[in-house]
Amino acid sequence: MTRSTVALLILIACVAALPLFGGAYALRLGTIACMYAVFALSWNIVGGFAGYPSFSTAAFFGLGAYATGILMNKGIPLAAAVGVSLLFCLLLAVILGAVLLRLRGHYFAIASLSLVEVFRELVNNATDLTGGGMGLNIPLVSGSSVLSDATFFFYAMWGLLLVTALTVIAVSVSKLGFGLNCIRQNETAASMVGLNATLYKAIAFGLSACFVGAAGGLYAAWVHYIDPSDVFDILYSVKPIVMALMGGLGSPLGVVCGAFLYLGLEELVWRNYIQIHSGVLGVLIILLLLFLPHGLVSLHVGRIWRGLTGRKAKHA
Amino acid sequence: MLAIQVLINALVLGCLYACIAIGFSLVWGVLNVINLIHGSFIVLGAYLAWGAYQWAGISPWYALMIAAPSFFILGYLLQRLLLNRVITAPVLVTLTLTFGLDLILNNAMIYYFKADYRKLILSPPTGSVSIFDVIVPVDRLIATGSALALTFLLYLLLRRSKVGRAIVAVRLDRDAAVLMGVDVKSIYAIAFGLGAALAGCAGVLMALIFPISPLTSSAYLGKAFVVCVLGGLGSVSGALAGGILLALVEGIGSVYLGPAHAVTLSFVLLIVFLIVRPQGLLGRKGFE
Repeated sequence: MTRSTVALLILIACVAALPLFGGAYALRLGTIACMYAVFALSWNIVGGFAGYPSFSTAAFFGLGAYATGILMNKGIPLAAAVGVSLLFCLLLAVILGAVLLRLRGHYFAIASLSLVEVFRELVNNATDLTGGGMGLNIPLVSGSSVLSDATFFFYAMWGLLLVTALTVIAVSVSKLGFGLNCIRQNETAASMVGLNATLYKAIAFGLSACFVGAAGGLYAAWVHYIDPSDVFDILYSVKPIVMALMGGLGSPLGVVCGAFLYLGLEELVWRNYIQIHSGVLGVLIILLLLFLPHGLVSLHVGRIWRGLTGRKAKHA
Repeated sequence: MLAIQVLINALVLGCLYACIAIGFSLVWGVLNVINLIHGSFIVLGAYLAWGAYQWAGISPWYALMIAAPSFFILGYLLQRLLLNRVITAPVLVTLTLTFGLDLILNNAMIYYFKADYRKLILSPPTGSVSIFDVIVPVDRLIATGSALALTFLLYLLLRRSKVGRAIVAVRLDRDAAVLMGVDVKSIYAIAFGLGAALAGCAGVLMALIFPISPLTSSAYLGKAFVVCVLGGLGSVSGALAGGILLALVEGIGSVYLGPAHAVTLSFVLLIVFLIVRPQGLLGRKGFE
């Protein structure tokens, strides 16, 4: 275990102590923080490890949300519904990944962006099943007090974050992670030496989709109402990229820090400049890309850290 | 009769789609940047036409002449001051940067114009003509004619002018163009400016036909994606072919599956094309 892995686990453990300190607002913020960290870690598998610019986070988030919502309306308990959503997103993403990840660069970016549009329109038009543009109401889980409900969903999302983080750590030390690194550096060479690039990429895409799908499911049960333009919002695809760029592409600790930092900034902007919040977000993105293109990890402290742990000495 | 009506509608709409996509295709082809701000440029152009007509009584035909140079300057400056700094970065960075720019412009438009749908209503209305029982609104016909004219102008510019040849050279082989003494930085800026100018003009034409709202920008962007992939990057004729194919598929899809499924159909077609024929219908390297 490297030092940054330990730091990541400690960071996640610290988040779990949040309910001791704050009320309902802190819980809400903590739940979103965990959700964003799940997004960023998941995106990092395909965007950071394999180097494919995926814009499909929103697609699987929405799909998971709707899958869970529909199942819960049929009377299936939350845990089972989220589990089924997770498996469904995993399977679908592996199949789609095997096809879509043959595309590279711009073409892959556009195809993954279009995936969001396709899923949104499908959900929009399947009115009988999903309620279409009217949205979908999801039954309450416990019916107990507001605070205990909030605590429950916080720990559910936190648990998902823990599972995601452990999976990502496992991937990064496994043969799969090594193979994805090879694919990022030179895919042609990687397949020349006998690496089954298609299989690796499909698994990576599946893993990057399934936890996002589960997060979507928890989100749907948490907010009790979803509609296509909310859960298939393209911003959900872009946010994890900004988080990863903020924290440092490819490093799990970096992207989680990026997710928390991003949430802090978003909350600050949202609270103070509600009318121009997306414009401020845009300015933030541009400043980040122009002045800190390799993320916080590239700052001085991070460089020393990486020198000590000896991981990934150089790559852009 | 329905078949002919669908066909004519597709031709009319297809030329407009081509006009939406051509600037996007130029920027993608030459700068290798997916320009997500394109949709907002189109909407801004539409607001320009609407504002000019509403407040100053300037007809959209003259608005075209205001839109082209002002959007060119806007695009030129954006590329020179911002995009140029990250132009060599991987696709993720350039794409996210244009997304950030799009957020700013779109938010600014929502702030100033509000999210209400507006419509440029010409007085007196132009009505419609019917040729062999096929009904075509005149404003649509004029917009299509202008779109074709704009597309043809770009073709001429790329084909005949010195700058145009330089743009094509950069697209074909950047390094060779540098060796031949082409100033790539300024060509990039000019190409981006041209893309913006085309988007602005397309917006002016869209204002004649469609309602205007900042929220429509992503729909225009989506059309540009699909047209570029269907027709293939790199040629004016490809954009036309892609536009007409998209309009045909949407038209036929609307008749048989219902208009709700037309968008889904077009994006499914996009993904299928990306996988089966990523170079598009008429795709090849080089911009005429």
